[in-house]
Amino acid sequence: MLTPSGALQRGAPLVIALGATTAGALLMMAGLELAGYDSLSAMAALWRGAFGSWYAFSSATMVRAVPLIVIGLGFAFALHGGALNIGAEGQFYAGAIAATWVGLHVDAWPGPVAMLALWLGAALAGALWVVLPVILKVRYGVFEAISTLLLNFVALSLVSYMVQGPLQEASGIYPQSDQIAGAARIPLIAGTRLHWGILATAGVAGAIWFVLNKTLWGFHLRAVGTGPSAAMVTGRVNGPKLVAAALLWSAALAGLAGGFEIGGVSYALYQNLSPGYGFTAIAVALLARLNPWGIILTGVLFGALEAGAGAMQRDAGVPSVAVYVVEAAVIVVALLANASAARARSTAGSTLAQVGT
Amino acid sequence: MAERLALRHIDKTYGSVHALHDVEFVLHAGQVHALLGENGAGKTTLMRIAYGLTRADRGTVEFNGNPVNIKTPRDARAIGIGMVHQHFTSVPELSVGENIALAAGWPVWPEEIRRKVTTLCRHLDLPLESEVLAGDLPVALKQRLEIVKALATDTTVLLMDEPTAVLTPEESGNLLEFLRRFAATGGSVALITHKLPEVLQGADRVTVLRRGRVTCDGSLDGHTAESLARLMIGDAVLESSSRRTTPANGEVRVMAIGLSLGAEPGHGTGLLDGSLEVREGEIVGLAAVEGNGQRELLRCLASVWQPSSGQLDVTGPCAFVPEDRTIEGLIPEMTVTENVVLGLGARGAWVARGRLGLIDWAAARRESRAILDDYGIVAPGPDSAVAGLSGGNQQKLVLARALALHPKVLVAENPTRGLDVRATAEIHSRLRAAADRGAAVVFYSGDLDEVLEVADRVVVVANGKTHAVDGNASRTTVGRMMLPGSSGGEEC
Repeated sequence: MLTPSGALQRGAPLVIALGATTAGALLMMAGLELAGYDSLSAMAALWRGAFGSWYAFSSATMVRAVPLIVIGLGFAFALHGGALNIGAEGQFYAGAIAATWVGLHVDAWPGPVAMLALWLGAALAGALWVVLPVILKVRYGVFEAISTLLLNFVALSLVSYMVQGPLQEASGIYPQSDQIAGAARIPLIAGTRLHWGILATAGVAGAIWFVLNKTLWGFHLRAVGTGPSAAMVTGRVNGPKLVAAALLWSAALAGLAGGFEIGGVSYALYQNLSPGYGFTAIAVALLARLNPWGIILTGVLFGALEAGAGAMQRDAGVPSVAVYVVEAAVIVVALLANASAARARSTAGSTLAQVGT
Repeated sequence: MAERLALRHIDKTYGSVHALHDVEFVLHAGQVHALLGENGAGKTTLMRIAYGLTRADRGTVEFNGNPVNIKTPRDARAIGIGMVHQHFTSVPELSVGENIALAAGWPVWPEEIRRKVTTLCRHLDLPLESEVLAGDLPVALKQRLEIVKALATDTTVLLMDEPTAVLTPEESGNLLEFLRRFAATGGSVALITHKLPEVLQGADRVTVLRRGRVTCDGSLDGHTAESLARLMIGDAVLESSSRRTTPANGEVRVMAIGLSLGAEPGHGTGLLDGSLEVREGEIVGLAAVEGNGQRELLRCLASVWQPSSGQLDVTGPCAFVPEDRTIEGLIPEMTVTENVVLGLGARGAWVARGRLGLIDWAAARRESRAILDDYGIVAPGPDSAVAGLSGGNQQKLVLARALALHPKVLVAENPTRGLDVRATAEIHSRLRAAADRGAAVVFYSGDLDEVLEVADRVVVVANGKTHAVDGNASRTTVGRMMLPGSSGGEEC
């Protein structure tokens, strides 16, 4: 079977991801030592919190990995078409708002229908949140990274309004919604706090891989992302239309992640529902070099870091923000490795090309 | 004459490719020295070494008799070596003056830039307007800007990599004249070009490279275009360019009447009144100066663009070979197979009919390998990135892919731009073969001689209007019809 070129190469990404993670961990340990902490016991606590037991892995790490993976897959999908969707955080919240509204109105529905309605509502709301950037991009050429980013702030304000207004709990005490109907809740895997939505991550990854690699539509999307002029002139592809579709799907996935969070984890809407999933997922996707299967791995990795951070603070007294050092270092190292790999490739390519002129 | 710049015993290897093999290249003061060779012969590599863009594995460089160590272009400029690259290196958003100041390291006071640019351009006799944005300049002036930039500091050696590839015959003539003047004042010019008549007309000496080795070095006396071509490609036989006989009353495949389409900003006149009829088995060549509407005409025929008015009837399938092969024709980062799939799209046999449009990559790959084999395209295989192919092989791939559609109409823009003698001859024979199989071929070339050589019938596009050319019109007549300002043959 043929492995397409570009962002979907195998092998090398895994090495880069592992190397970057190791470098990030070492960097954090060095920083902890300098600050006077016991870095070994801090790392041990982090490990215990993330992988120390089945419960820690399933109920802490994987619960955080699910939104990272789903959003990361959406981000990667759009970027394969050359579009930067930086607005996943806002689309996640748009999905969460819609999911909450649906979840509060489906008491009497049968479970599967209620759940499906909640997911659909969440995905639609997420997609709706990117409609304006899509129109601005296709019609007026506004760079989508800016417009999607700015809409994040609108979404945050909207959540704040919702939990203090229309969706506030009936008692009106706290800025949060009531719990959604039981029918709309995603069942949990026995003995854990992890919901069965985890299966959806593999399904979505598989679907994206299939579309990108096996269908003409997906190939055209990658062509638009890699060489837009050639895709349009030689491939006769309607580039703006494809990119618009990719952005809508990307945002729908971010919205779905918000729906999963409401339907399977929190059961209620409140502010700061997301610890920045929409942004961390960008790192998750980039670290995996946009490979859908790789995103599952890097999503679990970042889920583990987030989960371990809490344990580290609890058990070793190290501020959980120290983990952000690892995350940041991982991203920087991975980007550097990618850039130098790309440079090596392009020098090899241009060398031949230079010999050829 | 004194030796100005001498590269001796230069060796350079890229991976498994031995690009230069004990090469000696000596540039004398006051001479225009042509550097010839096929694509891949090592000409550009040699120039890059002289300019500090590439390091030689072995060998010495001497300037005015003293050994020098040129590590970067900055070092080269410091001793008076300037280079004009194949592609333009100006910042399109900056003005002409700012671009020159940037290259020369001048302070950026607008008044001073204007004053210095005026002085410099007058001194060089290469007029340019300082305030115009570089991106708005027509091609010939963009190139003039590159030359002025190279000469803005005290430069005695000018390295020119295919400067005439994008110029019209008249503009090329002017450029060669300038190079002669520059040499007459004691400057030295190294000139890479594929156009042999230019060499015979403008150069004093010639060095020919073949596969990284010098096959000829010396005076041009006694050389002809043919003898030079033989030195470049060895004893290989070039495809003959005999006139074809075309069927007299073939089916009309392209019928365009009064097409018009505005130009992209800064790209000439656009198409005002384009009429064209092309029959099966016929090769029609468009002769035009850049920016006179031929681009719009061709792209309307290929339905890449939609004409804003006029009547157009093209019998499909129609294949299109765009001018810029690495931007519009191919995606260099993708593999050969992926590029074949891109070009054939849903028309490829491996794409399953149906809503999903599944691609059978194994079948696509077989087809790609067949294309590589049939057309003698040098590539490691169907899975290798197109970026690694030489320009000639990339262009062969673009053409092969277009012909794989079995087009009834083939539209090609400048299909041999930047290609060497051998690759050009191959492209020509492929175009003829396509016409022999019954395709209606329309092509444009910036090189009038090429149009006259390949086309069965020539149509001039000037000022956005098409003008039919009489079958036995001379080269001079056609050339005059192409000039902006003339409205066709009747003014001659």
